[in-house]
Parts: sequence; structure tokens; C-alpha cells
Amino acid sequence: MSPARRFDAIVIGAGIVGAACARALARDGCSVLVLEAGCAGGGTTAAGMGHLVVMDDSAEQLALTALSCKLWRELAPTLSSAVEFDACGTIWVAEDSAQMDAVAGKQRVYREHGIEADMLSAAQLAILEPNLRAGLAGGLRVPGDAVVYPPRAALSLLADAMAHGAVLREGCRVDEILDGAVRSGGELFESTAIVNAAGAEAARLTPELPIVPRKGHLAITDRYPGFCRHQLVELGYLTSAHVMTSESVAFNVQPRSTSQVLIGSSRELVGWDNTTNRRVLRQMLDRALHFMPALADVSIVRTWTGFRPATTDKLPLIGLWTSTAGLWIAAGHEGLGITSSLGTARLLADLIAGRTPPIDAAPYSPMRLTHHVRTTS
Amino acid sequence: MTTRAPDSEGDRRVTIVVDGRPVEVAAGISVAAALMENGVHAFRRSVTGAARGPLCGMGVCHECRVTIAGIAHRRACLITVSNGMEIVTAEGGAP
Repeated sequence: MSPARRFDAIVIGAGIVGAACARALARDGCSVLVLEAGCAGGGTTAAGMGHLVVMDDSAEQLALTALSCKLWRELAPTLSSAVEFDACGTIWVAEDSAQMDAVAGKQRVYREHGIEADMLSAAQLAILEPNLRAGLAGGLRVPGDAVVYPPRAALSLLADAMAHGAVLREGCRVDEILDGAVRSGGELFESTAIVNAAGAEAARLTPELPIVPRKGHLAITDRYPGFCRHQLVELGYLTSAHVMTSESVAFNVQPRSTSQVLIGSSRELVGWDNTTNRRVLRQMLDRALHFMPALADVSIVRTWTGFRPATTDKLPLIGLWTSTAGLWIAAGHEGLGITSSLGTARLLADLIAGRTPPIDAAPYSPMRLTHHVRTTS
Repeated sequence: MTTRAPDSEGDRRVTIVVDGRPVEVAAGISVAAALMENGVHAFRRSVTGAARGPLCGMGVCHECRVTIAGIAHRRACLITVSNGMEIVTAEGGAP
């Protein structure tokens, strides 16, 4: 074993969450080492849609996503065009009057939290998004939401971290997290602040973490300028995301800056099987066709799968892991890692520095789900 | 003795419309062949604006896409010309 090298902070994982944490810590003046098993931004980050969206599945999720979207909007002017930040906003689509009632409730919640949200009538919806089917009830437009191209966003955050002195090691798989150190092959790196930001793989290093891979499919079309202008999500999306059923699909499309249309979404609990499930893919596309019949005439150029790091209570794990000295967790963001990366990094950097975070960090503590972890006396 | 491909349509000609311009071509040939025969090289533009045209000629590479009869992203190498067919290439603003 070569002599250990010491850093103020070590971040494991250079997905978007690790990248954001590295940036926040480096900007705090810490010497930061980022260890990535593959290539930066190449895991779940590269497989995701890249929505920056306020979600209100719970008060805690709303607080973190709202903070994060605000941070993204502040960062946006500094991002290169390669990140493809597009302030397209989201429209939550309602199919019937019952869903319109839910939209009204959703608008109330958003406004209570200072988030702009406008009710759309059926006619307004049809004008904004003419490729949606006729007969929809209306929707809720959230203009502050946006999309990015996730792998480039992660690289951009990493570049900022490195400009502040961080060191990135790609192709460097961490084998073990020890008290105050990590081991990768024959190398040992020491730190008093080790951040497990390994996403869906975080539980490989910290087995007590309640994170499971939740598979998703995506499809992307050829270029069709103006096909849709907002990220479109069916109101039932939260149900699909929230209920931990073995399988579900929901309508979610977004315009890309290349004029391509990205089509989601599906959720499956099938371990690490990354093969295309043609039946689920078909259900997902049928759901999209149900809302946007014109998709029948476009050509899809590629489909792929990825793994969301899902937790049992649908909240990420952010904070100190008290079972290992110096270990912090920033993982388990399910389908909201791109959105929540900046808020997560803010919370984590504040906690590590002993500052008070802008929102209460207690609900995200990784220790909240560990009642069943055995303690040795 | 004449040799002729089994699917040849002999000397028959059809008129296609390329970016609004009527062009007479041999019947039975592919749109890709018809466009190249008429000096079209930029079938479409890439995301970064580079000119793109046929590469594989057998429907695999998707480089030769044009708009045919109002439908975007048709593979010119796989579609046979027909009389009155309207084709839009990069020059005509096809996506």
C-alpha cells in the first residue's frame, strides 16, 4: 500500500450530485478529491432526462426541489451553452375535472411557497401545446422549471470545482470506506469528510443505506422543431413515482435544444437488469401517444435504460452517517438527482462547515431510515 | 441483346419536386439516387449545421434523411421516386 494522501474532503462519485458537492466544498476552500469509478457524469446522470422541476410529493421534497431550482436559476447565466439550460417551464397536464381540482390544490401549495404557477384552461393548453390531444381539461404551468443536458451539467460543475482546486480521478473505483479514509486498490486516501455520492451504487460501499436501483426507460426522437415547448408531465406522474409498485409508467416529455423530443417515463424494480423491457417500453410509449397522438408520426432514434437511486420514503439521504467516522451521505435522489444536486450540495457543505443550511436539513438525515441497523456493543 | 435489372422500369421517367423545383428522373430509382443525380449533396444539416448526405445507402446510417410529402426524416435511400413526389432537403429548410 502506498502512503496515504490527505484531503480536506473526498467525494465518491462524479455524477451530478458528487460534482455539485465537490464544487460547493471546493468553493468553501477545502482541498477536494473526487473519485469516480467510471467516467464523470457517465452513470445515472447520463441516463436521466435532466429536468429541473419543483415537486410537491411531500413538504420536504418541495423544500429541497424549490431551493435547488432557485440555485439553478442563479447559476444559469454562468453555464456554457453545452449545458443546454432551457427555461422551458413545466406544464402539469390534467385529463378531467377531478384532476383540475387537484391542479388547483397544487397551485395553492406552490404559491404558498412563493413558486409561480398559472392555471391553464383547456383552450390555453391547446394554444401553448398544440400537439397535445383534444379533450384535455387544462393544466398548471410552472414557468420557473427548466431542463439541462445532465452529463454536460455535471462536467460543468466539476470544472468549477477544479477551478477551485479540486482533483478529479476517473476510473478509480473505491473498494472500501474506512474510518477517516477510503481505499481504492492499493491506494489509501485520508479525510475527515468523506462524502458517499455514489448514487444507485452508494449501498455497495455503505451496505446499510436503504437505496435500491429503480430502472427507467427513455426514448428520444429525431429533430422536430417546435413539436413541444414545455416539459409536459401528466398529473398522475407523482403517483407513478411515489407508489413503490414493481412497475409503472407516466407521460413525461420534454423539448431538447436540438429540437428532439425526449419521452419518458417508466419505473421498475428489477435489480440491475439494464436490458430493454419491450413490454414496458411499449406501455410508456402508448401512454405518451395517449396524450400526444402526433408522436405516432415521429421517428425515435434511440431508447435506453438507467437506474434511479430510490429510497423507501422518496427522500434523498443527505447528512452525517454516524456509524463510520467522517462519513457523509449525499445519495438516494431517485428521479430528482439533477434537480436536487445543487440544494443537496448547499445543505451538505453547510453541515460540514457547521453553518445553518437555508432549509431544515433534519428530514434528509440518512440516519432516519436505519432503525433496523444492528448496533454492536 | 439488352441486359436490364429485373426491377428496371426501362425508359419511363417521372417528375419529382425538389425544394419546389420540378425535376425529371428515371422511374424506379431511389430518392437518394435522384437527388445525387441532380447535384444535391446537402440532404440535411446536422445539429451543428454540417452538410449531411447518403453514406451507407441501405437504411442503416440515417444520414440521407429528407422530408418527403410533408413527413420529416424519411430515409432517401430506401424510398423509390414517384410522380409528383415532393421532397425538401437542407436547402429547402428540412429539419
